[in-house]
Amino acid sequence: MPHARDTAAAAGAIDAIWRIESPRLIAGLARVLRDVGAAEDAAQDALVRALETWPRDGVPDNPGAWLMTTARRIAFDRLRRARTFARKRDELEWLAASDAATRAAGDDGGGAVGGGGPDDDVLSLMFTCCHPVLSRAARTTLTLRLLGGLKTDEIARAFLTSEATVAQRVSRAKRTLAEADVGFAPPAVEDIPARLDAVLEVLYLVFNEGHTATSGDDWLRADLCFDALRLARTLAALAPHEPEVHGLVALMDFQASRLRARTAPDGTPILLMDQSRSRWDRTLITHGLAALRAAERCSKPGGPYVAQAAIAACHASAPTAAATDWIRIAALYETLLRLQPSPIVELNRAVAVSYAFGPAAALPLIDTLIATDLLSTSHLLPAVRADLLIRLDRPAEAHADLLHAATLTHNLRERDLLLARAAALGDGG
Amino acid sequence: MRYMMFMRVDPAVYDRDPASETEAYAAMGRYNEELTKAGILLALDGLQPPSEGERIEFGPGGATVVDGPFAEAKEVVGGYWIIDVKSHDEAVEWARRVPARDGEAIELRRVFEVADYDPAGLEAHGELSSQPSQQTAARDA
Repeated sequence: MPHARDTAAAAGAIDAIWRIESPRLIAGLARVLRDVGAAEDAAQDALVRALETWPRDGVPDNPGAWLMTTARRIAFDRLRRARTFARKRDELEWLAASDAATRAAGDDGGGAVGGGGPDDDVLSLMFTCCHPVLSRAARTTLTLRLLGGLKTDEIARAFLTSEATVAQRVSRAKRTLAEADVGFAPPAVEDIPARLDAVLEVLYLVFNEGHTATSGDDWLRADLCFDALRLARTLAALAPHEPEVHGLVALMDFQASRLRARTAPDGTPILLMDQSRSRWDRTLITHGLAALRAAERCSKPGGPYVAQAAIAACHASAPTAAATDWIRIAALYETLLRLQPSPIVELNRAVAVSYAFGPAAALPLIDTLIATDLLSTSHLLPAVRADLLIRLDRPAEAHADLLHAATLTHNLRERDLLLARAAALGDGG
Repeated sequence: MRYMMFMRVDPAVYDRDPASETEAYAAMGRYNEELTKAGILLALDGLQPPSEGERIEFGPGGATVVDGPFAEAKEVVGGYWIIDVKSHDEAVEWARRVPARDGEAIELRRVFEVADYDPAGLEAHGELSSQPSQQTAARDA
């Protein structure tokens, strides 16, 4: 029996139902229409109908099926009016295909991966939203809009831009996909690794946007972490044999677990090793460890996300900063370096080595990095070098490095900290 | 926002022959899969029967352990889920979708998060529990 509610309550309920149902709805329509833009239009029109009728008649027992049936009918009418069907047979074929989509949407069992069905459709939608023909900004916007269920104004606030810009980006992206005749077919098997990388990159980008949002200032931006995590978990459920997906979920879980511990009340950032671990979210840590185990169980080898997650897991598992397994972390950085060679990774490895084996072991690694000139504009390199020299009881040299580091950073707070540390050494102590 | 859903069931459920429950288990399995695919499931567990559990009752004489089952209980908690959703409405919607039987109920409660606690109280609590606690993990999909 439909359940009737008053209009205000209904609006909130419909909003929630939309967030739950829209990815499958849009994906199912996109498969039938072979056009993501047209799919979203039909889906949005169905939502408008729902907003008109559900507050009055009650929310249907199977809202997903209702939306699909309605959207399908709207799309069909539109196609017929545009005389898209050359022959009656095309019309009947289209109806049959969209019938299957509607049945699949109403079937709580979901589809088997590879056998077609709502799961494969959602996966295809993820790939399509992150298609190589789109700019990174377009991919991000489209993913949040079609899969995250975010409204235009929410995306605008999240990325500190205007609604108009976001709306333009969405329509341009849809046009680009249509003009490039991208359609909706899933990627060829040999293309999947690269296409998957594109999706993971978008999700991590969204997560980092939320992560860098100053805590306490704008929870809508911090909410992006949640949106990214939710989409990554969905992807892990839809593509369970891909270790990097589980790796990204784990990495996000661990980073999100520290969100409430990383700033002091006055907004000063607190480094991981100095954070109060009682403020770390244990549920997320447990979840992250489970995701990492899932990654390790995959027969495919893991990549950079798994390696980064493994490093984060070491920190998450240590009950106190002093108990951190630095030797394991140093070894994991070596693995990460092989997978993702970069001077920043090497720098982090050197720091881990300094804690695992002492600052004397790490100093040559830093000097080698300096010689490569790859990080010459970063304040991190001289700052780390200074730290090692302090620990090696060579304050005069540390002092010089701290002053040098201070000239390289644009962040005023960072610069003040470096200069203060140099001053504290200044009396030759 | 985190919510806990408690499944409140007739204790007689535990006495039913498992062979007659296959459809119910299958329906619950499909629901749990939906939660997983939606990316919102943080934890879930079924609880063993009250007949194998105890109540620890507190009174002026101290703590008394009473063995189950508890005759006066018309409903018992059969299991729970912890979900992470964007709104209260979303939590309610997911709770509505549990394949529960007539007479059963879902109790929906919001979970306190770190941000909800007073910082000083949290620090005090933290000092006492620096070891990672035994938390249940979400089942792998």
